[in-house]
Amino acid sequence: MTAVEAPSHGLLDTDRIRADFPILGRRLDGDRPLVYLDSANTSQKPRQVIDAMTAHYEQINSNVGRAVHQLGDASTQAYEVARVKIAAFINAPDASEVIFTKNSSEALNLVANTLSWAHGDHAVGAGDEIVITEMEHHSNIVPWQLLAERKDATLRWFGITDEGRLDLSQIDSVINDRTKVVSVVWVSNMLGTVTPLETIIRRAREVGALVVVDASQAVPQMPVDVAALGADLVAFTGHKMVGPTGIGVLWGRTEVLDALPPFLGGGSMIETVTMGGSTWAPLPAKFEAGTPPIVEAIGLAAAVDYLSAIGMDRIASHEHVLTAYALERMRELPGLTILGPTEAVDRGGAVSFELDGIHPHDVSQVLDSLGIAVRAGHHCAKPAHARFGVQSSTRASFYLYTTPAEVDAFIDGIHQTRRFFKVA
Amino acid sequence: MDLQSLYQEIILDHYKSPHHAGLRDPFEVEVHHVNPTCGDEVTLRVHVVDDVVVDISYDAEGCSISQASTSVLTDLLIGKKVDDALEIHSTFVELMQSRGKVEPDEDILEDGIAFAGVAKFPGRVKCALLGWMAWKDATARVVADVEGSVT
Repeated sequence: MTAVEAPSHGLLDTDRIRADFPILGRRLDGDRPLVYLDSANTSQKPRQVIDAMTAHYEQINSNVGRAVHQLGDASTQAYEVARVKIAAFINAPDASEVIFTKNSSEALNLVANTLSWAHGDHAVGAGDEIVITEMEHHSNIVPWQLLAERKDATLRWFGITDEGRLDLSQIDSVINDRTKVVSVVWVSNMLGTVTPLETIIRRAREVGALVVVDASQAVPQMPVDVAALGADLVAFTGHKMVGPTGIGVLWGRTEVLDALPPFLGGGSMIETVTMGGSTWAPLPAKFEAGTPPIVEAIGLAAAVDYLSAIGMDRIASHEHVLTAYALERMRELPGLTILGPTEAVDRGGAVSFELDGIHPHDVSQVLDSLGIAVRAGHHCAKPAHARFGVQSSTRASFYLYTTPAEVDAFIDGIHQTRRFFKVA
Repeated sequence: MDLQSLYQEIILDHYKSPHHAGLRDPFEVEVHHVNPTCGDEVTLRVHVVDDVVVDISYDAEGCSISQASTSVLTDLLIGKKVDDALEIHSTFVELMQSRGKVEPDEDILEDGIAFAGVAKFPGRVKCALLGWMAWKDATARVVADVEGSVT
């Protein structure tokens, strides 16, 4: 029997929450209930989000910002209300600072590309430096590598300590007078680490560098206040926060967004077009060329309503209590090594690990046969894996609908996996 | 979901004690193949003399399925004429892409028939083919080099 007691305080009413998520009621092969521990990959969607999107398609569907008819007005209204709700959710000073993108990757690529085309203060040129970290998702590495390559700039990064924290011991030399951009993850999707953004942003401010934050794993699980954060640009994605796929957000300070050139050219993003040249629409339209993901934005607004009704502080508490419980119980598993902080301090709800003698693919396959969905692989964070001398890992991640009983099922599943591969 | 059909004893045995593992000399071509979705990797060398596969050596990091299938590959192909080895290769690839609908021929595939179960798990087919695709790539380069030097 387990020596660690399941937590009883600080958790959400998961019975009630789970009833909102149709997929959590489905059965898998062998009539097993679904134990979904892959929310850091993508979260499940509540009925409220699915219904809001269906209702829009059934009653309002029309293009936005151009159609002079009742549906067009209603659709435009719903799309812009969605922007206002999302702006309020992250405490953006102005809704026009919320740019809808396809996902976080597109938001980060928007920044890296427009910086490579920018003139003036934000222009990145030969000899300039760009700072990232070794724990970034590939989406916050590759766009900067491309930028550095194109502009003959230098890419530098903060390493990772053995405990899975950022090594900021050389912060004053890593971020220096040549640094033009610092782009950092807020919560690591692999290690679970919450990074000390305040320290990094303070140093970046001292040298006048632009600060970009990849908040893909942060916005879903903790209260976020971009006005208080002090960063210039913040990227996140809808599908990890009970919203649909195909919608992400780039928030940026008005001065910065105004100073950057457009990313994609096309419909909606112009003020006027002649054969001789074009001028740009004001924010946010300047960065939203073409028909946007309208229904996805409305779905994301429904997701934000859903999360707000529960309360992000309570979701953060739930996540924290569950993660602490999981970390505690994982200690009883022989041959299991956690990659990342082993205590639930400054830590998000994704736990990656190695199991001696069993490859992550094989771990996840056995767990899958028990109805437990985890992620196996490099989680798009190859450098962070290389830092710990491994090629891949298994990752369990929790969200507002995860229960302590599901953590127990996961622990039992690992015991079964070890028996199956005869390492027990 | 039938785990036993995926993880046959033969597969687990090859995984625990892979045959012909390690990189050896001599060789004509070395290739490095990666499964980008999971990060599994194999470095594989081929040594071909007079149209015969004299040696296949490898250094692989990956799951039980990819490791075992590379081990089985070496058992099956070392010592064969290149053309015969390529025949066996197509038979194995066909089995893996059959979604479990092809009855494997033990006379041709020997231990390789154990992978028939893998074909029912679409997410794992690439694992089983990693070493095989690497071998085919390396062998094609050897053959091209030989033909290039003849003309």
